[in-house]
Amino acid sequence: MGERLLDVRNLSVDFHTTHGTVHAVRDVNWHLDRGETLAILGESGSGKSVSASAILNLIDMPPGEITSGEILFEGADLLTMHAEERRKLNGCRIAMIFQDPLSHLNPVYSVGFQIAETMTAHGQSKAGTRAKTIELLERVGIPNAETKVDAYPHQFSGGQRQRIMIAMALALKPDILIADEPTTALDVTVQAQILTLLEELQQETGMGLLLITHDLGVVAEIADRVVVMNSGEIVETGSASDVYHNPQHPYTKQLIAAIPGNGIMAQQLDQTAPILQIEKLSKHYGAFVALDEVSLTVLPGETVAVVGESGSGKSTLAKTVLRLQDATSGEALFEGRDLVQMDRKDLFKVRRDIQMVFQDPTQSLNPRMSIYDIISEAFVIHPEILDKQHWKARVCELLQQVGLKPDHMYRHPHQFSGGQRQRIAIARALALEPKLIVCDEAVSALDVSIQAQVMTLLKQLQDDLGISYLFIAHDLLLVRDFAHRVIVMQNGKIVEQGPVEQIFDAPREAYTRNLIAASLSPDPEIQATRRIALDELQGANP
Amino acid sequence: MTNTQDQDTTLPDVTEAPNPVIRTMRMLWNDKFAFVSVVFLLIVLLCAIVGPFLLEDAATKQNLRGRNAPPFDFSTAWPYWLGGDALGRPLLARIIVAAQNTIFVAAGAVFFSLLIGTTLGLIAGYTSRIISQIIMRLADIIMSFPSLLLAVIVLFMLDSSVFNLVIVLAITRIPVYLRTARAETMEVRERMFVQAAKVMGASNGRIIFRHILPVVFPTLITIATLDFAFVMLAESALSFLGIGIQPPEITWGLMVSQGRPYLTTAWWLSFWPGLAIILTTLSLNLVSNWLRTALDPAQRWRLEIVRKKNG
Repeated sequence: MGERLLDVRNLSVDFHTTHGTVHAVRDVNWHLDRGETLAILGESGSGKSVSASAILNLIDMPPGEITSGEILFEGADLLTMHAEERRKLNGCRIAMIFQDPLSHLNPVYSVGFQIAETMTAHGQSKAGTRAKTIELLERVGIPNAETKVDAYPHQFSGGQRQRIMIAMALALKPDILIADEPTTALDVTVQAQILTLLEELQQETGMGLLLITHDLGVVAEIADRVVVMNSGEIVETGSASDVYHNPQHPYTKQLIAAIPGNGIMAQQLDQTAPILQIEKLSKHYGAFVALDEVSLTVLPGETVAVVGESGSGKSTLAKTVLRLQDATSGEALFEGRDLVQMDRKDLFKVRRDIQMVFQDPTQSLNPRMSIYDIISEAFVIHPEILDKQHWKARVCELLQQVGLKPDHMYRHPHQFSGGQRQRIAIARALALEPKLIVCDEAVSALDVSIQAQVMTLLKQLQDDLGISYLFIAHDLLLVRDFAHRVIVMQNGKIVEQGPVEQIFDAPREAYTRNLIAASLSPDPEIQATRRIALDELQGANP
Repeated sequence: MTNTQDQDTTLPDVTEAPNPVIRTMRMLWNDKFAFVSVVFLLIVLLCAIVGPFLLEDAATKQNLRGRNAPPFDFSTAWPYWLGGDALGRPLLARIIVAAQNTIFVAAGAVFFSLLIGTTLGLIAGYTSRIISQIIMRLADIIMSFPSLLLAVIVLFMLDSSVFNLVIVLAITRIPVYLRTARAETMEVRERMFVQAAKVMGASNGRIIFRHILPVVFPTLITIATLDFAFVMLAESALSFLGIGIQPPEITWGLMVSQGRPYLTTAWWLSFWPGLAIILTTLSLNLVSNWLRTALDPAQRWRLEIVRKKNG
């Protein structure tokens, strides 16, 4: 067996916390060859990032401790190496890009300076760095690199920032590039471009690419081999298509089953009087038009999904409907009464009927209130719902309805996992017995398998209680199995709307087609054909 | 589909709400520094309340044979154990009696500035832009004026009574709380749980007092304890200038400044009241540190985990 580029053997990492020792990574083995893309796939807490951090010496010790194993880079063990030698390798031979490029770029230096810094830090003379920096920026697809080299990070879009991070990582032509969730914070169309860029660069330089991700679609798009991790252990490893088509381990099977986009699409509901009817709703911020004459209807018991990339105005729509901000013009009729013009008193009453579930349950629950206080606040604000003596029983009932235990009511939000917190947020919304729930990216912050559970819960609540949903999401596949109708938005306008089957099977607009083509399928074969289709589509509509 | 799959199993189930009093006492016992500090502060408080009734006479009686009597002479009566001052008055008794004025001035000034500053800060942070601007400019005016100068002017015009001293010191410290409360409020009001409360139809009062204040409060309490020491020293500076507390009334700060001329020959005149100031401030700091942890549900376990270690 020839020498591997990178070989991780029997690696175990523990974290010592006050709650006891956490085995973050247990006895993990994997390797990476030149010119190969290896994906480490896992949900949050699976330990997928910890092993990469160990390679770059980024684990805080203490509380972390590497208890066993070795990391061989071209045969030399990184773990026994002197700190100074490792520093020389980091950035130079082994580079890394991160999930959120904004927080990893220093806002007070120009991007050119920051890219040049990686070069000078590893002993290159300052003379040629500027020319090299411009060359790199051009290579990663930044337009007008000559002038943009002196711009600051906030002057770039999210996708461009990630390109800059890649340029920075590639400055010294590393042998290994570690990408930690490189596209998670990006829109689908941008994600496709970044992944293509990474693949091209890999073919040019022949580096080994280590990709850490939670997204099977990303794996299907770019990875040669995949390592599936769950609670610190490798459960499965193999080629990307083998793992997808023949998952051996129950965890992998469960993960693949949880991916949305394979179920039966819902049929359109019979036309009845709409519960919410929005007519030409607009919202301007000065000269900027966030929402441009949007019209849509939601029927009782119906799920209407609003899909769009960032900046499409979908969150503005939610906020305007809920009167968290005032519309510039247009009307939103809820059961025939206009929400936009409504005075305080009527609005207070209508609050009971329209509720919202927010994106990030960590932030939408007050950290200083117990679960009982959070849910029963609904009854404090609207005392006509329930007498005080019944509050406790009702909170118990609501917790059970969303799949939690009544015992949980005296705990605080930080004692729950992300999925459980979102269940609490749903219970809070249900406490008011609403007719319409606006879900703003309600499951985007959750792991795939938890996502599926929460979606199932929402669907079940709709069947039981006849609630309507206005479901805002950026992920097309997610809404495919869930929505009755889909509305696609771009730049504050509705591009296309129709029954879910029509949107997915026969999209009329180019933008919708582009969006569907850019979303990644977890099946490597399907993804390959989609990739070709996308290239053609973008060739046709440049 | 199993709905409870992402159940958190590492924590024991709590079936009843724990008794808050017992829980607080237990958390206090677990932090030994905070516990000792609380005991010390209670003693100071006791001195402040009953001290003047019991020791007023002893503390003001002059004894010219005991002028600048050195400390630790245990053959004398107990009030002289820490020595005597320039007029032969027993230091220990004077410190105990002075506790009342000192604590009253400091606590009063801190309490009023905290109350007014926080209220205005919450209003400025949560309501309209215009009101916010008016309040902030008022704060700027107070801040741009040297606080001691302001105190000198006001106390020169009014009587220099304990009550007026409290008011003056409170006014000069209001901007500290106001600015902090406003800045934090403006950050917290954008958080999602505030938006969630709005969607539920919560009134402004409810949002401010139930959702924003509990998040802002620990920071303010920490500033208040630090300010306690500042106010004690400011009060002594004013007393030193002759416009604060007037002799024969005494405070710790006044005692420090009265002992100043004798520092080279009789250090204990300034040292003991100075020590009282330091220990009080230190205790308050330790208690506020504990309080900040105890008030935060996400941090509370730090105080509860010790219990398990101790058995």
